[in-house]
Amino acid sequence: MSEEKQELVDLTIEEGTYKTLLTEKFKMKKKYEPKNTDHVYSIIPGTVLKFFVKEGDTVKAGSPLLILEAMKMENIIKMPFDGKIRKILVSEGVRIAKDTLMVELDK
Amino acid sequence: MSLEKEISFLKEEKAILQKGGGEAAIEKQVAMGKMTARERIAALLDKESFCEYDLFVKHEVHDFGMDKKDLPCDGVVTGTGTINGKPVCIYAQDFTVMGGSLGLMHARKITKIMDHALKMQIPCIGINDSGGARIQEGVGALAGYGEIFYRNTMASGVIPQISVILGPCAGGAVYSPALTDFVFVVENISKMFITGPAVIETVLGEKISQEELGGARVHAEITGNAHFYSMNEKDCFDQIRTLLSYLPSNNTKKPDETKVMAPTFKGKLEDFIPADPKQPYDVRDIIKAITDGSEFFEIQELFARNIVIGFGRINGQSVGFVANQPLYLAGVLDCDSADKAARFIRFCDAFNIPIVTLEDMPGYLPGVDQEHAGVIRHGAKVFYAYSEATVTKITVILRKAYGGGYIAMNSRHLGADFVFAWPCAEIAVMGPDGAANIIFSKEIKDAEDLEAMRKEKIQEYKDKFANPYVAAARGFIDSVIEPSQTRAMLIHTLTISKDKTEVRPTKKHGLPPF
Repeated sequence: MSEEKQELVDLTIEEGTYKTLLTEKFKMKKKYEPKNTDHVYSIIPGTVLKFFVKEGDTVKAGSPLLILEAMKMENIIKMPFDGKIRKILVSEGVRIAKDTLMVELDK
Repeated sequence: MSLEKEISFLKEEKAILQKGGGEAAIEKQVAMGKMTARERIAALLDKESFCEYDLFVKHEVHDFGMDKKDLPCDGVVTGTGTINGKPVCIYAQDFTVMGGSLGLMHARKITKIMDHALKMQIPCIGINDSGGARIQEGVGALAGYGEIFYRNTMASGVIPQISVILGPCAGGAVYSPALTDFVFVVENISKMFITGPAVIETVLGEKISQEELGGARVHAEITGNAHFYSMNEKDCFDQIRTLLSYLPSNNTKKPDETKVMAPTFKGKLEDFIPADPKQPYDVRDIIKAITDGSEFFEIQELFARNIVIGFGRINGQSVGFVANQPLYLAGVLDCDSADKAARFIRFCDAFNIPIVTLEDMPGYLPGVDQEHAGVIRHGAKVFYAYSEATVTKITVILRKAYGGGYIAMNSRHLGADFVFAWPCAEIAVMGPDGAANIIFSKEIKDAEDLEAMRKEKIQEYKDKFANPYVAAARGFIDSVIEPSQTRAMLIHTLTISKDKTEVRPTKKHGLPPF
């Protein structure tokens, strides 16, 4: 393969820093980002079928927010805590990818 | 009818059946850059060694107009022959016959040749080129797959099983290759996936091509499902013949010994290792410097490149090498490299091939992705595989052997027969930088010049602990050797270990962390 053409990079393991090459899979990996609990993301790619709430509504924990249809199943996405709907970022009938930000909440 | 007439009838029948799906279908196959099933078998086996069976097998399905369909050989060619003069069982799916689809009789031809392989104790090779289950046969096709998988499992660890993916191999069909020991793929020809791009797009809205989803390169580099990757079918068959030359025909035998050859490498081994332990080198150069004819047959070359596995010969004896690769990801252990090494160690153990481990690793790859992907259970596979193996196990510590990695890489404590270290080896609970920061944290914190003190303490730790002599004093390593003595020590220890026996507690089977 063409390792000669690649640039050696620094990789820190424990507290030692080593000169090395990276694998393609290593380069592909996504950086971890902590979850924002005020944000509701799609758990699976699918279609937003119906909203039960609108911006500004006060909603109790466990009440349905929307239906996300995926794999022929209607998934009811529920309110994680007592709070308010700050912003709705997707509209009914739209197909979305996994991890799409759908709703922002206020505690 | 005179016998003469009957013979000519037989000849005509055979000629028709051997045409498979006929001229038009063959033309299509060739246009895709593919050989036909019979051409593949002829190209892989020793010249004119193939003997075909079950040419006259017919399917028994009547539904959906199948009663009017003649499927020559039911879409699969099966038989026996030789490779490197040694017997093998083989089958090749014929894509020209109804897309090589698998029905019950097609599967029964395969299971029959697999049963032969297990009884005759010889390797079994399957060439996969099939659109999948023959839908018209319904549950009969599923039964066929299941019966193949069952035999793959029964033969596992008894005879070498090889899968060659020379066309599509999708859905349930992928599980036979996944259950076998080695999977070969060819660029642009091999396609493997459980769920194809069309379904993924309809259900999930993710658009991807067949090649990007499950092409040869993806399985060779990303998933690790494939062990050998080549650019064309001819090279693929060469790889299979080379692989078999390193293996015994079954688990009661040892690989054939070959004529002893000196390495062609003529330099100094120590020249490969940079003076600075943080600089990389290609560990394959070290392997080639010690093997017969400087030959090394690498397995999973593109997948988890931070560990190198493969076969070579030492003094004519087939040996499995496991080596950390500082050139990639500093040679760390992670989920993929642990999985890759552990499976290979178990293969060598099952087929009586001694294992030589070359160690130079700084530890485990840090990261949320690694922890969440289960680096604990994947990493544990390496400990399990080495501990469980009863073949001769020899370790040479080239440079770094820190912490858990020191234990994992066939240490004395996991049952290594011989452990050697080069004088530049650093066997320690962790790297000098980290260790000094912990042990001398107070001295460093209180110093006027923090950095100078840190450097001094790192050096102090290095002098005291980052060497092979502390471990040698406890007998954890058997000898500190000059790099130039490595091959001689391996020859000596492999020779005296030829009749090694080691008994394990009786059990139904162990529970490796998979």
